[in-house]
Amino acid sequence: MAGAHEGRVAMNEHLRPREAAASVALLVAVLALWWAASHGGWVSRVFLPTPEATWSSLVEGLAGEWLGFAASTVQRMVLGFGLAAAAGVLIGVAIGSSTTLREWIGPTLEFMRPLPASAVLPLAISLFGLSAGMVLAVVAFGAMWPVLLATLHGLASVHERLREVARSLELSRTAFVLRIGLPHALPDILAGLRLALTVSLIVSVVGEMIASQSGLGQAVLLAARSFRASELFAGIILLGALGFASNALLALAERRLLRWQRR
Amino acid sequence: MVTSGMAEPAAPASLPARLARAARPWVFPLALLGLLEAWARTAGRSSDALAPPTLALRSFGTLVAEGGLFGPTAFTLGSAALGLALAVLAALPLGTLLGLSRRVGAAAFLTVEALRPVPSVALIPLAMLVFGFGVRMEVGVIAFATFWPMLVLAQAAARQVEPQLLEVSAALQLTPAARFAKVVLPAMVPRLFVALRLGVAIALVVAVTVEIAANPHGMGYAMMIAQQSLDPATMLAWLFWIGVVGWLVNAATLALQQRVARRMGEAPAVGGGA
Repeated sequence: MAGAHEGRVAMNEHLRPREAAASVALLVAVLALWWAASHGGWVSRVFLPTPEATWSSLVEGLAGEWLGFAASTVQRMVLGFGLAAAAGVLIGVAIGSSTTLREWIGPTLEFMRPLPASAVLPLAISLFGLSAGMVLAVVAFGAMWPVLLATLHGLASVHERLREVARSLELSRTAFVLRIGLPHALPDILAGLRLALTVSLIVSVVGEMIASQSGLGQAVLLAARSFRASELFAGIILLGALGFASNALLALAERRLLRWQRR
Repeated sequence: MVTSGMAEPAAPASLPARLARAARPWVFPLALLGLLEAWARTAGRSSDALAPPTLALRSFGTLVAEGGLFGPTAFTLGSAALGLALAVLAALPLGTLLGLSRRVGAAAFLTVEALRPVPSVALIPLAMLVFGFGVRMEVGVIAFATFWPMLVLAQAAARQVEPQLLEVSAALQLTPAARFAKVVLPAMVPRLFVALRLGVAIALVVAVTVEIAANPHGMGYAMMIAQQSLDPATMLAWLFWIGVVGWLVNAATLALQQRVARRMGEAPAVGGGA
């Protein structure tokens, strides 16, 4: 899956000291360009605050209520991701371990794959109202699909030889799933989880914007509506940091879990 | 990757057996819809949230007959295409440069990794502030969202160009422009179409998301409005249509990618699992 592929490209980078210095220099140059653009009035301050103003908004915000906003966004995202991971693997195993179910239900699930998770929001609003539970449900529902389909694919692609081995060892279906199916599906599932993490952050933020639930999504929307550009940028930076940190944590877990594969 | 578990025996089947097999994917969704229909006509009759699928189908028919389907669909697809086109125009040359020169790639590493994880929806408020509502804000967010994956995948595609091809073009003393147009780009094409398929999927998802969250245009907004005016039949009709459009666009790009991969010989491994 795409997410895993991108990650691999990034992970293969082993920067030499001189290259690392060049890398830092370019980032500093970009920041300097931002400084010049905002101070020189190339771009209106309404849209582009100065880096200093953004920094002080970030510091003030984190000392005030933004830490709470960030915490509730993280909570929503992690809870939704956890539910999605559990439901995705469980349903995926339930359907994927049976050839019959896979043939009858699989096509329907494939049809749902390209449906944008956020398109379920209006339906969820009319079912559950504008509540925190509604947002959580949509986060979990949207993030479940990549995991479910990856589990399904991982189980379906177990080699016929391995199935024969399992049959001749007279493994029960549970034993087959635990000892052969899931280890085989693990790389697929991890790629699905990575995608699910991105989806859960995005849907959390959109859900907060629409349903006015306290969090970074609502905070950046309110900052933009009242033309507080430095707060808006501080919020975007926080959301970027959140995306970066969650991806890095998952990449770490992935490397741990797939260590056996590289031997 | 071929899903060996799905492989069917090659024995010639009788016509009824083949028909039964062709009907199989439809049984499960139709059963679900039947259940919803039964519930919505009995226990859930007074529901403002759900409508029987037959009524949703009738609303869909009305949308088609009155031409209300076309405008929002064209807006969403047009914005997605425009945003993706801008992203590809910027990401393709830049990504190729980053992929061909290790030094440039390393220098850009931190900046790319710092900007890439910013969730695209976080930019919706900024795009609103800069562009107001309309096509420009949506295109802006879509372009940002698709730029990073396109950049990284173009970089990967350029990095995987056979070194011998580059040596040959150096030996032929091609100009950089000729080297790009005659050697590098053709070698990247199969992988670029895999990237393009991913980009199309992201662009469509982001377009609908922007419309649901903020922009009062397109399919996402049409669905949101139907929900707010307590018209669940129309809302479900739009949900169904968004699903169909997503599926069709995905199928079309997959077909295109596979065709290009066949034409150009090599089928990159990335596409199989996705």
